[in-house]
Amino acid sequence: MAESHGGAKGPAAGAHTAADGGHHGGGFPPFESSTYASQLVSLAIFFVLLYVIVSKLALPRIGGAIEARQNKIEGDLAEAQKLKDQSEAALKAYENELAAARSRAQAIGNESRDKANAQAEAERKALEEQLAAKLAGAEKTIASTRAAAMSNVRGIAADAAGQIVQQLTGVVPDAASVNAAVDASLKG
Amino acid sequence: MKIDPIHQFNIEPLFTLGHIGNHTIAFTNSSLYMLVAVAIISLLMLASGTQLIPGRLQSVAEISYEFVASTIRSTAGTEGMKFFPLIFSLFMFICVSNLVGIIPYTFTVSSHLIVTAALALLVFFTVLIYGLYKNGLKFFKIFVPHGVPIYILPLVMFIEILSFFLRPVSHSVRLFANMLAGHIALKVFAGFVAMLGFSLGALGWVGGVLPLALTVALTSLEILVAFLQAYVFAILTCIYLNDAIHPGH
Repeated sequence: MAESHGGAKGPAAGAHTAADGGHHGGGFPPFESSTYASQLVSLAIFFVLLYVIVSKLALPRIGGAIEARQNKIEGDLAEAQKLKDQSEAALKAYENELAAARSRAQAIGNESRDKANAQAEAERKALEEQLAAKLAGAEKTIASTRAAAMSNVRGIAADAAGQIVQQLTGVVPDAASVNAAVDASLKG
Repeated sequence: MKIDPIHQFNIEPLFTLGHIGNHTIAFTNSSLYMLVAVAIISLLMLASGTQLIPGRLQSVAEISYEFVASTIRSTAGTEGMKFFPLIFSLFMFICVSNLVGIIPYTFTVSSHLIVTAALALLVFFTVLIYGLYKNGLKFFKIFVPHGVPIYILPLVMFIEILSFFLRPVSHSVRLFANMLAGHIALKVFAGFVAMLGFSLGALGWVGGVLPLALTVALTSLEILVAFLQAYVFAILTCIYLNDAIHPGH
């Protein structure tokens, strides 16, 4: 085995020295056919090994990782979409409720305002009637007071007129004529 | 000091695995870097977490998964997802081994035509066998484009058949040549730096700045190329598989 190894190495080594000497006419390594068998065998072994590793282990592994990520992303997106739909539905429900509550509040407000208005109106009416009654009473009092005052004024005026006439003339006028004169003057 | 830009492509047997006929099957530096690529991919895809919120490593794993998956869906449709493990393995294997190859003193697996040819033939036969299995003789409709006038149809068919069988050639040589040329260019420019420094003394140190800057720029270009060639290989695989899934389009 060692001998033939040496034999195989022989031309390669010879080419090596020739190349070192600067002449690589006949010993260009890629065209050195004695090395072909070794290269082909090692290529076959290692390429098949690589193919088996790649197809059985590496690609399923990496492909699985990529697929798992893809699924995770899709799942998360679906979940997010679901949550978004839920929150939108909740928002809609909230808005509906709010609108309903607002209209209810408006109705209650209107009702209570109407009630309060009616009550206030009634109270106002009662008060006005009361006031009107009081006013009427007061007017009656005023009228009677005025009538009384007026009759007093007639007496005073007649007295005063009698006194004035007495002072001016020294004659005491008779009461009937003074009264007539005062009445005439009051009427005028 | 001599700098040999080809030396980096040498296949060095590390130990012998066995024999097939006259051929010695050795575990070489190329095998080692294939193992490194498989280990890095396995680590990335299996050691990263499967958290809901991914960490850095898991993000890288998921981005590569999504990237390859969307490439397949956009070029071969959802039916192309049958070939997701194959295309993902091809893309990651080429991308990681290319990127590892940019690190100085490492070996680039895809800088050997035999490796890229094997991968391209794997794709070619997958397309051929799956296409025939799925569509039977209708698979050959891919050689007969729609709406071509009958008098130039033989010529078009000839070109189509030729291009179909040349696919593994262009598919493999594209990747191989890109990696090979990029690494040779890097090595040559980096070699200038060392050569100037060793031969011209202080002047050489100053003169070495330009090739050094170019080496840095080329390295970033190579990082782009390493990814881009893996992507091109994967997308061409998708396009070829699309022919097998939907012939006659």
